[in-house]
Amino acid sequence: MWIYEKKMEFPVKIKKQDPALAKLIITQYGGPDGELGASLRYLSQRYSAVTPQSKAILNDIGTEELAHLEMIGSICHQLCRDIDPEEIKKAGFDSYYVDHGTGVYPSSASGVPFTAAVLQSKGDPVTDLYENMAAEQKARSTYEYLMQMTDDPDVLEPLRFLREREIVHFQRFGEALEGVWEYMDRKRQFIVQKPEGMKE
Amino acid sequence: MNRDCMLKRLTILDFLAVDLQLYLDSHPDDENAITKYNSVVDEADGLRAQYEDLYGPLFSFRSYSKRDEFNWTDCPWPWENGFNFEIGGDE
Repeated sequence: MWIYEKKMEFPVKIKKQDPALAKLIITQYGGPDGELGASLRYLSQRYSAVTPQSKAILNDIGTEELAHLEMIGSICHQLCRDIDPEEIKKAGFDSYYVDHGTGVYPSSASGVPFTAAVLQSKGDPVTDLYENMAAEQKARSTYEYLMQMTDDPDVLEPLRFLREREIVHFQRFGEALEGVWEYMDRKRQFIVQKPEGMKE
Repeated sequence: MNRDCMLKRLTILDFLAVDLQLYLDSHPDDENAITKYNSVVDEADGLRAQYEDLYGPLFSFRSYSKRDEFNWTDCPWPWENGFNFEIGGDE
């Protein structure tokens, strides 16, 4: 089960509105390499994990991603506080506005609604961990691109924090994968066992 | 310590706990890290109790409420601008 703690993993306190920036950052909410997809990916994959370490890592990173989702949602929400229709048009936020107002909606920067098609849960612990290492790198790149889009320190600080977490998570997934390799070696299984009933 | 200072210290401690736990997931035999983890959780526990006493419950369905009023619903919520402390990002 999950418990909500009424505070953030890292604070978000933005003074200056910038709806155009929110329209880009929303991609880490519901886009292809965003936090929602990350959380769903890891929390779904944990059922097929085989080592105690990888079960814990998938569970704990999947949980932390929800705290990151909250940070991204808060950034987008605060960037759009009290904006008037004039600013909305000027900032190019109008296409988002007519669909969602200033609500936080899980979509990519180009407006594609969140889809589980961006993630995989393959039932194979090696395949899944490779997917996750790639996912963390993709998210890191996205944060780097986003950081090039603003000079506002109130936005840069949380983005910098989130980028660093991608690096730590990549490391932990790599260690989890190493553990899975060792486990398979100990069992003298150098390939992942075929599922029962699979045709030769 | 005022609310912002308390919240900031608690945020730091809880982040240390998140990161140390994740490290310990893949390094379960690192006794130094276990000691550090336990001391961080211990300090955070004490501070959390103080914070909840002064500013209201932090956990959904784990924290006690005041007797006369259910103050879980008190604003601001963490995603609102007024909730968080400044992180030194002055213009």
